[in-house]
Amino acid sequence: MDKNFTARRRRDLVIAAVLAALAALAPLVIKDVYVQNILILTLLYAALSQSWNILSGYCGQISLGHALYFGIGAYTTELLFTKFGVLPWFGMLAGGVIAAIIAMGLGYPFFRLRGHYFVIATIVIAEIGLLLFQNWEWAGAAMGITIPMRGDSWLKFQFMRSKLPYFYFALVLCSLAWFVTWWLEDSKWGFWWRAVKDNPEAAESLGVVVFNSKMGAAAVSAFLVAIGGAFYAQFLAYIDPESVMGFQFSLLMALPAVLGGIGTLWGPVLGAAILIPMTELTRSYIGGSGRGVDLIVYGTLIVLISLALPQGLVSLFSRTKAKGATR
Amino acid sequence: MGLLYGLIAVGLALIFGLMDVTNFAHGEFLMIAMYLSFFLFAFFAIDPLLSAPLVAAAMFVFGAVVYLLVVRFAMRAKANAGMVQIFTTFGLAILMRGLAQFFFTPDYRSIPQSWVGGKTISIAGIFLPAPQLIGALVSILAFAGLYLFIHRTDFGRALEATREDPGAVALVGIDKNRVFALGWGLGAALVGLAGAIMASFFYIYPDVGASFALIAYVTVALGGFGSVFGAFAGGIIVGLVEATTALVLPPSLKSVGIYAVYLLVVFIRPRGLFGSM
Repeated sequence: MDKNFTARRRRDLVIAAVLAALAALAPLVIKDVYVQNILILTLLYAALSQSWNILSGYCGQISLGHALYFGIGAYTTELLFTKFGVLPWFGMLAGGVIAAIIAMGLGYPFFRLRGHYFVIATIVIAEIGLLLFQNWEWAGAAMGITIPMRGDSWLKFQFMRSKLPYFYFALVLCSLAWFVTWWLEDSKWGFWWRAVKDNPEAAESLGVVVFNSKMGAAAVSAFLVAIGGAFYAQFLAYIDPESVMGFQFSLLMALPAVLGGIGTLWGPVLGAAILIPMTELTRSYIGGSGRGVDLIVYGTLIVLISLALPQGLVSLFSRTKAKGATR
Repeated sequence: MGLLYGLIAVGLALIFGLMDVTNFAHGEFLMIAMYLSFFLFAFFAIDPLLSAPLVAAAMFVFGAVVYLLVVRFAMRAKANAGMVQIFTTFGLAILMRGLAQFFFTPDYRSIPQSWVGGKTISIAGIFLPAPQLIGALVSILAFAGLYLFIHRTDFGRALEATREDPGAVALVGIDKNRVFALGWGLGAALVGLAGAIMASFFYIYPDVGASFALIAYVTVALGGFGSVFGAFAGGIIVGLVEATTALVLPPSLKSVGIYAVYLLVVFIRPRGLFGSM
């Protein structure tokens, strides 16, 4: 298996580099702002889902409360920026670090829980965060924060005239999340996580420190998601608790990974590449009526994909490959 | 109010708690039941209290059909069945919300006059709002009924056996799909009952279910999966905690108390109060 594994990993890296290069060139062809917008969101969701996948996919700890870390990233950046004039770049890092610390702090009691009890605990903690932010006057309460725009600047990471800088940042973030996953797959941690996911007791008996493995996965996952949150806040120039910390958001973050293939390297990217354009297109073409047709289509598609491909879209590729190999 | 949460949770306790199927569309079941109740009132002037059995019957069929058409396939998944169930029912929830928006419009509706709406009943000098009181009564009856049903009838035993070992159950001639379809129907009928009662004193709109559903999950988990009595106790605790939190914190924060109590309970007892799973 070693030889195949190494070969596959090298191939994955080449494919990723080619895809990233192609994506970087895309704006040369795609000038339409609307399409660029969709691309940015796709990259962002791919990054978020990839980060979520580290904890929930590889390590098997299904979190439906990752909106908490996303919100913390967004709020840390914007509170530091609007109240203290700290540049978003530092705020972004601060948000990531705070989210990672909180993830570990929460992990301490949470990782003793199993199954549904764990999932519900993650939902509940994110919901507490949402309610607290909705009632926190200093942080704008339910009204949220509007980020003042003072002209294009890399320093302040805000751009009004062009969306391209956002696009490149999202691409970097997505590549980073992918690369971290790729790198972790073959690390000690990656093997530990998969062992913990498959059989925690057996892993423990073989000397894997189950608890620390989970903590590591939670920290990395939360850090990356918080960076995504900070980016999202700068991109929209407006945040409010519901839109960055709502329960729906936790599910939307997990959805690309689940549809693409949970616990796989390419699942989140593939899922986001199909899901996000689909969501945006149905929303803008048939959602305008305000009668929920977009929800009907979107809901139906989620049901159908989950039912038809329980292993995710990635399984389509591996199936054809497996056939080719036997021949 | 606590018993009302209990009432919403009792249907979920059956589906989520006893059959171990994640149902993220439970709130939407509630929403549909409330609309049914509303339309029965608007078109035929049937009071929500009278129409409750009708709504429950309709929801029974609805729940069974949803199981047979959709959920049955979600349970067949070999790998990560949990995630498939979560996202299938989540998709279903979005679909149902969309359908509700399409057919019923996003407008807020309410039943202006019903037998019990806005009235109070005085018991030993304490005035209690009538709808909540009726809700509490129905809730106790529903829990008692479900408890007896699960523990005293063949069907109840079949249900538990099916969850524990579908293969062995098939050997003794129990059709898994029939048992679970009935279970889903029953769960939906119970939430239908809750919806019919709540329709007389809550606004009805397509997203109404979401706010109640989360508390229902917490209620079931707090009581512990696999226990009918646990869900009932969970409902009462949730109601009491909410009322107490409302005294100390602003009303917008009242759910925080519920969530905090859940976390506290599972940190001490990782299987909920009376959970067996």
